[in-house]
Amino acid sequence: MDFINSIVLLLNYIFVPALSYGSQLALGAIFVSLIYGILRFAYFTAGDLMSFGTMFTILFTWYFQSLGINLGVLPTALLAIPFGIIITILYVLAKDKLIFSYYRTKKSPPVMLAMVSIGTMFVTQAIVRIIIGPFDRRFFDGEKFILKANEFKEMTGLNEGLTIKSTQVITLLVTIIVVSTLFWFLNKTKTGKSMRAYSDNEDLALLSGIDPKKVVMITWVIAAILATIGGTLYGLDKSFKPFTYFNNMLPIFAAAIVGGIGNPFGAFLGGYVIAFSEILITYAYKKFFIYILPESLEPDGLLQLLSTDYKFAVSFSILVIVLLFRPSGIFKGKII
Amino acid sequence: MKQYSDVVSAYAIMLGLIILVGFLQSWSMALSILCFCLISAVMTMGANIQWGYAGLINFGIMGYTALGGLAAVLVSVPPVKEAWQAGGLQMIICALIIAFIIFIVRFILKKYKKSNNRNYIIAFVIIVGLIFLRLISGPAIHSIEAVNPATTGFLGGMGLPIVFSWIVGAFFAGALAYVIGKIALGLRADYLAIATLLISEIVIAVIKHEDWLARGVKNVIGLKRPVPYEIDLQTTEWFINLVAKFNQGTLSLITDSLQKQQMLKQLVIDGSTVFVKLCYAGLFTVVVVILLIITQKALYSPWGRMMRAIRDNDEAANAMGKNVVKQHLLIFVLGSAVVGIAGAMMVTYDGLFTPGSYRPMRYTFLIWVMVIVGGSGNNFGAILGGFAVWFLWIEAAPAALYLINIFTSGLEETNFLRIHLVNSIPYFRLLVMGAALLLVMRYRSKGILPEKIRH
Repeated sequence: MDFINSIVLLLNYIFVPALSYGSQLALGAIFVSLIYGILRFAYFTAGDLMSFGTMFTILFTWYFQSLGINLGVLPTALLAIPFGIIITILYVLAKDKLIFSYYRTKKSPPVMLAMVSIGTMFVTQAIVRIIIGPFDRRFFDGEKFILKANEFKEMTGLNEGLTIKSTQVITLLVTIIVVSTLFWFLNKTKTGKSMRAYSDNEDLALLSGIDPKKVVMITWVIAAILATIGGTLYGLDKSFKPFTYFNNMLPIFAAAIVGGIGNPFGAFLGGYVIAFSEILITYAYKKFFIYILPESLEPDGLLQLLSTDYKFAVSFSILVIVLLFRPSGIFKGKII
Repeated sequence: MKQYSDVVSAYAIMLGLIILVGFLQSWSMALSILCFCLISAVMTMGANIQWGYAGLINFGIMGYTALGGLAAVLVSVPPVKEAWQAGGLQMIICALIIAFIIFIVRFILKKYKKSNNRNYIIAFVIIVGLIFLRLISGPAIHSIEAVNPATTGFLGGMGLPIVFSWIVGAFFAGALAYVIGKIALGLRADYLAIATLLISEIVIAVIKHEDWLARGVKNVIGLKRPVPYEIDLQTTEWFINLVAKFNQGTLSLITDSLQKQQMLKQLVIDGSTVFVKLCYAGLFTVVVVILLIITQKALYSPWGRMMRAIRDNDEAANAMGKNVVKQHLLIFVLGSAVVGIAGAMMVTYDGLFTPGSYRPMRYTFLIWVMVIVGGSGNNFGAILGGFAVWFLWIEAAPAALYLINIFTSGLEETNFLRIHLVNSIPYFRLLVMGAALLLVMRYRSKGILPEKIRH
């Protein structure tokens, strides 16, 4: 019994939260990785693009709520996501046309493009803060829990409860759908294959008649879709605050690099690596060991490897270690 | 002289703008902008040494700035005796253990060939060391932080004049840069940028949460100043006479002696804040000028020529027998040390150390905007960038308010859009920053004062 209790404890405090946080990071990391593979620069606007897409999703959610439209037990935001995606796509395409295409045709070095993306980062931040303000916003509606701790305890008769929030399940389902569609697109369709070819070897791809404009455009569209969905899922699960999104850029980059930047599948797994390591290392295992060890061996301390203050530092340290020993990331594989 | 005409005119415009602020807003405001412009200029020079001379991207600027600030605390605060008694010995033992771990790891790295076993042994040594560290430091930290936690609760510093910290800060930052450089300099440009950004996050996380070191987010306030205090000035004879002399015209118009007295008192209070800031500005100018002379000399020395050769084509430089890796490490350390000086200067000016306010994600990019806008590879450009961008950053909000009032003058006072726009004024500075960066990169990609190639 104690053994099952300890497993449930870990599920509740480590596995379920890490899985949903990891999915949100993974979505961001995939598009950062794609942009790096195809456009060949570090896209510093990543976090703010997510907040941009989320902001429009929130605005549409509010609009639908004012019209009295909702999805019952599901959050209204799911209905608003497509509209948010459309606006984000228009925004990134306009940005590409006005700003990035100039440097691309000039064949500027990647560092230059990264600096330019810092400029667009500032602009995007300003737009988001001017439209919706810098404050914390919650836009979740519908049923909050799928499984409450008390219900679980009654159901199973265990001491430990297991809580599953509906947003966690939604995050996981949406991630599975989006990511599998994306990999199907990249591996099976002609356009997807041409994107991979372009990322592998630009000159060869151009020689074989691949239209670079189309490849670039589709990359931006995918980036906008992933950014909006990832951002909205994060906002539903936690809350929407532009500065948090800006900060999330760091774990997203960490995930993309740990997974091998330019490799979307690696980035997808990298998201989970970062999320799990953050939570595993900062969790206090005292209760877990109380369950599985005999009473005489019960621990005194919290048995926490690092305090939660260092949550971010953990993922960055992992990144530094990976960069030191395997600069091309854990999951090398082929470049996109 | 002709080749310096653009430099002179650019600086004249910048000074004119600051003086304009003095007339339009207040002299105290203008001087504090000037002081921060000078601090930013030092930071920008540091970043420019790395980016402009050697083409290294360092996004870890905030980490070095925070270390410089930490140096200011550790140098100027008097030592807390009770805390040293409570846990000082253990902390010294911990420092020795860290040194010991590093020594052993270095020994293993030198002595044995690269293999999996070597990695396992190193990992084992580090983990055992960390366990010992935690066992010894845990109770010590607890007892140090328990010493009068409302005001101290940390080990304190050395109680020296704070100006020394400018040098100590440079050493701290340089030492960190040496470690980071050893780890990360082999990476490609954009990887290096991200790695340094993340490492600076780690550094700031440590400073924020290790309360025994510098009180963490509880902040250290009331640091000693290198310049006189306003309160002392207001009671000093010569200062009151000086103010009276300066304002003779205004004072002589007032006939009533009581009123005259009050007027003088007010003038002395205003004058004292301006005087203090003037002192700071003088000190900072000295630092900027010294750094400028050194960096200018370095840039046009054979060493500077070699650095530019490495920047423009490192393979060719390598083939010519220049040690690229070593030179990169050297310049990384030097540039970071300069940023460390700026960090110590900033804490000196503020008189307090607030680790919570070091936000790598925001200010790092601001410094980089300064470098790019000013003109990389040109020290005068870097300083100008620091001035111009900090000025924009501060003055963007009042300017935005002015513009919004003009554009929405047709709308009513209570109009929703107008209120919303006025409330979001602080965020227009982000827009201005982004637009400035994008415009400069597009139409003047070498910056306002581009690098001059002298052969």
